[in-house]
Amino acid sequence: MTTTNPTRAAVVAAPSRRRRPPWKGATPYLLVLPAVVLELLIHIIPMLVGIWMSFIQLTQFFIANWSQAPFVGLDNYKIALNFSSSIGQALFHSFTVSILYTLIVVGLAWLFGMSAAAVLQSGFRGRGGLRTLFLVPYSLPIYAGVITWSFMLQRDNGLVNHVLVNNLHILGSSPFWLIGNNAFFSMAIVALWRSWPFAFLMIMAGMQSIPDEVYQAAAVDGASVWQQLRHITLGMLRPVNVVLILMLFLWTFNDFNTPFVLFGATPPPSADLISIHIYDNSFINWNFGLGAAMSVLLLLFLLVVTGLYLLITNRRSRRA
Amino acid sequence: MKARLISTVVTVLAVSATAACGGGGASTSSSSGASKTLTYWASNQGSSLQADQAVLGPELAKFQKQTGVKVNLQVIGWPDLLNKILGATTSGQGPDVLNIGNTWAASLQATGAFVPFDTKALTAIGGQDKFVPASFATGGVVGKPVTSVPLYGLVYGLYYNKKMFADAGLQPPTTWQELQAAAAKLTIPAKNQYGMVLEGGSYTESVHFAFIFGQQNGGQPFDASGKPTFTSPGMVSGVKQYVDLVGKDKVVNPSNVQYKNGPEAPGDFAKGKAAMLMSQNNADNTLQADGMKSTDYGVVAIPTPSPLPAGGKDVASFVAGINLSIFKNTKNQAAALQFVKFMTSPEEQTILDKPFTALPVVKGGTVNFTDNKAEADAFAAVLATKAVPLPLVPAESEFETNVGNAVNGLLAEAATGKNVTTTEVKAALQAAQDKMAAAG
Repeated sequence: MTTTNPTRAAVVAAPSRRRRPPWKGATPYLLVLPAVVLELLIHIIPMLVGIWMSFIQLTQFFIANWSQAPFVGLDNYKIALNFSSSIGQALFHSFTVSILYTLIVVGLAWLFGMSAAAVLQSGFRGRGGLRTLFLVPYSLPIYAGVITWSFMLQRDNGLVNHVLVNNLHILGSSPFWLIGNNAFFSMAIVALWRSWPFAFLMIMAGMQSIPDEVYQAAAVDGASVWQQLRHITLGMLRPVNVVLILMLFLWTFNDFNTPFVLFGATPPPSADLISIHIYDNSFINWNFGLGAAMSVLLLLFLLVVTGLYLLITNRRSRRA
Repeated sequence: MKARLISTVVTVLAVSATAACGGGGASTSSSSGASKTLTYWASNQGSSLQADQAVLGPELAKFQKQTGVKVNLQVIGWPDLLNKILGATTSGQGPDVLNIGNTWAASLQATGAFVPFDTKALTAIGGQDKFVPASFATGGVVGKPVTSVPLYGLVYGLYYNKKMFADAGLQPPTTWQELQAAAAKLTIPAKNQYGMVLEGGSYTESVHFAFIFGQQNGGQPFDASGKPTFTSPGMVSGVKQYVDLVGKDKVVNPSNVQYKNGPEAPGDFAKGKAAMLMSQNNADNTLQADGMKSTDYGVVAIPTPSPLPAGGKDVASFVAGINLSIFKNTKNQAAALQFVKFMTSPEEQTILDKPFTALPVVKGGTVNFTDNKAEADAFAAVLATKAVPLPLVPAESEFETNVGNAVNGLLAEAATGKNVTTTEVKAALQAAQDKMAAAG
């Protein structure tokens, strides 16, 4: 008899304990709070400051005292988007270079990653070694990797010309890889080298979640390797690919490190990607208002593209 | 109840985050305030940041002994210096005293971030009269108190390899035509030997030569009202004179257009891959580090075309060098002025000019960075009679980047075999000028 008493007391006490401190309800908020505060400090507030900067004439005359900078409304945007002026033309040129660069790098990175993952899906000796080897460019620090390329691409002492001209005699005279139009292709190759292992990693992980039974069933039904790849692998990898291509697109379009390390602060016109173009307008020409306006335009462009992309891919997947 | 608790927690956290930021700021200012400590950003003048620290360390200790003011030294590499200064200007969190490239003086003056050296401040550092006038003139725009005073003087000279010239039976050139002829004679691509070496990927070098050769051809980058005139015939001819070394004259290894780091071009000269080098006098450091003795090379003024084009001036350099500025947000201006006085004193100049291969910027100083008297005389003469300051206008830094990059682009075209004509030079300079107009 006496033993039941405490239990009953506990049962009775339980609802009142639940009512006592409202911690339970607050816990989720408290848990996300540090993230929210940091997100505000690191991303949102600087972004809002950047948007504000784009409406003021923040040139060298005002950087020591921002509040004095005159409000110019949309003037910075007008300068950036006036495609008959030098600045507008240069921005448009930089935009087209970035688009072309992104198409080439993302397309080939996906293709290389897909091919390598497909080949390495079947077990064979040395598979682990190859996987590790393929991931090396991704695991190297960006600066170390790209600066090595810049040494290799030097005209006189570079490894690339040494192999192509002196050893293999494919080319008669040593071309420049880091100036003129070749600079674009050099930059694209370096970026491809750096980003395809990520595509490979993601696709490989995605492929491992496809059950073997599906392939076996398809094989029993007489599907060829190509048909299996097309209908099973690609089909089941779709969610992975949707995210992968979006990430690669955003990273590549915004790429700053590759041109900056390869060419320095002012790349040749053929390799003038949008991020470094904005950097030049801000830090080299000391016109932070104009740089900020270009950044906002870039942000808008990326938001629109990302929004459309997600809308289209989601609609398709819902239909499927 | 719940909402109130959450809002309280948010407020507490937000306040503590702000307080943390405030605390950081306060501690920074107190370190440069009450305890009589100055922070000094020195530019990299010697062969490495460590070497500069070794040179400046004992001098700063001497200053502390004399005045009781401790100086925290940070040596900053050239690629980072301007960005760090702009960052400090924007945030108001900077050093007390800093070195600047003197060509930035007018542009940085416009930011208002530096203490103007008015009469009182000038008296505190020993008076304007102690400085070499040409060097002092680089401190800021005409008609306003300067915001920087000269520290180390540099000018361009034409270095030539004595042995290569003697073997070819050549004398150092006295006209541009003689330079072209000598360079052509000494260019033997099969032996990987060229008449001249350039730092053709560096926009600062390119704009310096655009200015120097522009002056020789009667051009001015800015008119009297401060408007850019990059496409004036003199500027176009000047740029063409420089680009032609790679294009028409073919006396430069085309690979030079990739050179953008200080030691590359002097390195080629030291290794005998090029017979001539147009460089500032601090190239001595690299040449000697690469194994040359000061008797192996001679220095003359960069020659002008003969006869001098209409309106042209006998200019062989601009007044290059490093200036000292005091950051306006300093909590210790008196100590900062003391430090500037110390660094620009004749005694310190004599000590520092040697390791930093600099020309004296105070009167009565002698060139002591080289034991080669002819070289010392040549550089001193260029500074005294053939050097003019770069344009002292706020847009100077934009002039440097826009024109410098335009010239780099032309050099790259010339190196890849394109024929760079006057029309193309003019178009490139026009594009550079358009950027100035729209951005300003």
